[in-house]
Amino acid sequence: MNPSPLWASEPFWKKVAIWVTGGSFVLLILLTFDSMSKVSAGSQRVPAYSVINQEVDYRFDKAANRYKPVIGGEEPLFGKKLTETEAEALVALGKKTTQAKNCMNCHTLLGNGAYYAPDLTKAWLDPGWIDEANREAQMLAFLKDPPNHARTFGSGRRMPNLGITDEEAKGVVAFLKWMSTIDTNGFPHNFKTLNAQEQP
Amino acid sequence: MSQIAAALPGKITGTFAQLDSPHLNGGQQLAVKYFAVALVLFIAQLLFGLLAGLQFIVPGFLFGWLDFSVNRMVHINAMVVWMLYGFIGSVYWFLEEESGAEIAGLKLGNLAFYVLTGAVTLVVLVYLLVQTGPGNDTTRWLINEGREYIEAPRWADIGIVAVMLVFFYNVAGTFSKGRWSGISGVLTLDLVALAGLYLAGMFYTTNISVDQYWWWWVIHLWVEATWEVLVGCIMAWSLMHLIGARRKIVQTWLYIEVALMFGSGILGLGHHYFWIGTPEYWLTIGGFFSALEPIPLVAMVVHSVYDAGVHKFRSTNHPALAWIIAHTFGNFLGAGVWGFMHTLPQINLYTHGTQWSASHGHLAFFGAYATIIVAFFYLAVQKWRGDVWMGGDLPGNGWRWKWAMILLNLGVMGMTVALLIAGYEQSFIERAVEGSTWGGYFAAQNHPWFQQAMHWRMLFGLMTLAGAGLLAWDLLTIGVGETRKALVIEAH
Repeated sequence: MNPSPLWASEPFWKKVAIWVTGGSFVLLILLTFDSMSKVSAGSQRVPAYSVINQEVDYRFDKAANRYKPVIGGEEPLFGKKLTETEAEALVALGKKTTQAKNCMNCHTLLGNGAYYAPDLTKAWLDPGWIDEANREAQMLAFLKDPPNHARTFGSGRRMPNLGITDEEAKGVVAFLKWMSTIDTNGFPHNFKTLNAQEQP
Repeated sequence: MSQIAAALPGKITGTFAQLDSPHLNGGQQLAVKYFAVALVLFIAQLLFGLLAGLQFIVPGFLFGWLDFSVNRMVHINAMVVWMLYGFIGSVYWFLEEESGAEIAGLKLGNLAFYVLTGAVTLVVLVYLLVQTGPGNDTTRWLINEGREYIEAPRWADIGIVAVMLVFFYNVAGTFSKGRWSGISGVLTLDLVALAGLYLAGMFYTTNISVDQYWWWWVIHLWVEATWEVLVGCIMAWSLMHLIGARRKIVQTWLYIEVALMFGSGILGLGHHYFWIGTPEYWLTIGGFFSALEPIPLVAMVVHSVYDAGVHKFRSTNHPALAWIIAHTFGNFLGAGVWGFMHTLPQINLYTHGTQWSASHGHLAFFGAYATIIVAFFYLAVQKWRGDVWMGGDLPGNGWRWKWAMILLNLGVMGMTVALLIAGYEQSFIERAVEGSTWGGYFAAQNHPWFQQAMHWRMLFGLMTLAGAGLLAWDLLTIGVGETRKALVIEAH
């Protein structure tokens, strides 16, 4: 029997499979090291948790040709400026609450999750909260008792009462505010924040 | 009370012991148990999917009792788990034949099966009855981890890893006792990767960008890399078994597929890193490599259809071969075409997080994974009944398996198209025009086009359930009273 040509040779493809897999994996590891350094809290793309002490917006950036988070002057959450440690603890409580209440199986976060309820990536900036003066109070009231503060927009879909405590609700709001500062490469596109009416 | 508790495991083990058949080897005895649970979980997946789908149409349905979040979580978790059961079963099915040795740890394998099944039952009961907990670490350890697809609480994660180690011991141990082959070599290394990747999902971090980065390591590198290679191994063995394809040919194909699958799929992971806070270079890397991901899937279609054609579609088991071919087309269409359609960042900016993903998910999981496991259900039933005839000329012309296959494939395809239309509508209206605000989201959800799509999805969902019911009926009855022996096919 003639030996197989190279393209039909089992040992040849075995070697190709090993080298391609190994090479891809090594590249992925290198990229992971780089990505981890660029998304650590306090980096340019993912701000430190104390960013919740500041004003946040999301605007179109002409130079980058996409939407970008904009961090402004002081605007402490619930009127109290927090240290980095306090801010991290509050955001962590919020993050753990979003996991414990299974938010991701109705909502999307950074676009990932389920599609029964709105995306939460920029929830802090949503024009549905009408203005900055009432936002915090409205968010807390909604989270603690969603059926009676329903925001169904005519869909009939209500958020159930998940037994979120006052402290947990504050944590969730802090987490949402912090998440809205992450540079997500322009996702979601064309999002008009609640400041957009004032700053078109 | 304590007497009942003591009797319970015996009763449960007794129920599964009834599945034992003298026609099966040790690995196959184990496989049949896994298949039985897989089929039950498959039906559960469909039922909870229908409940969740109905809530899009009747939002008040079961409100406060079984909310969408619970139904949807059980829907996707039942899917992941029944597919894992199906894969474990399939590998146990051919383990002894492929290695030429008796399974290394049959008792241990049985124990692992009962532990896993008990754990799965407990996790589902907690999902349904407890649902959520306070925002602390205990909830994540005992109730729900709150991360899509891998919601199972941490204690169950550790259990799953332990069971996977037993499975791995059985696979590697049995091949070491007997003989190694190309298929078993790829399979064993793939299982190391598959089990290792699960660890990437077992930690907590407040930083959601880091959280989702590693979460995708589990989800993507399972579904779009290691699972694909696993079904590549399973398909390679089935083609030899079903139609007598030559080992040298299927193994050469397997290596080509591994090279293409890992070469595109590992860095194709980047298509999940477009919008989660990770650097911009992922737009290029993820776009490029994920665009290549369909290539190995085309290769698999060519591989299976060509080989089946060369052997004139003569096979030992017609339903199984039909489902294997459905697998290659479903994998190519669902994972390949539907994935490619929205994988480039230029379109994904608008489709990410819409029903587009649901459309792709339905066809891909069904086409790539459900199909090949169903093929193994048929292989198992055939041998279980004493290696009976399962070619053409079945009683009633085999109408049950044929109609089950038609209804399941049409049902899933119909749901996929309905969800795709909803996804188009959402991408344009919610994303491009309205700019992704909550108001924009609901404007798209309330639109008649979206609502119509949800009704069609429901209809095709019911068709899928009918197909699954027929499939279960067929699996329970096919081959009963059959006296002819299975066709013997020599490799050539």
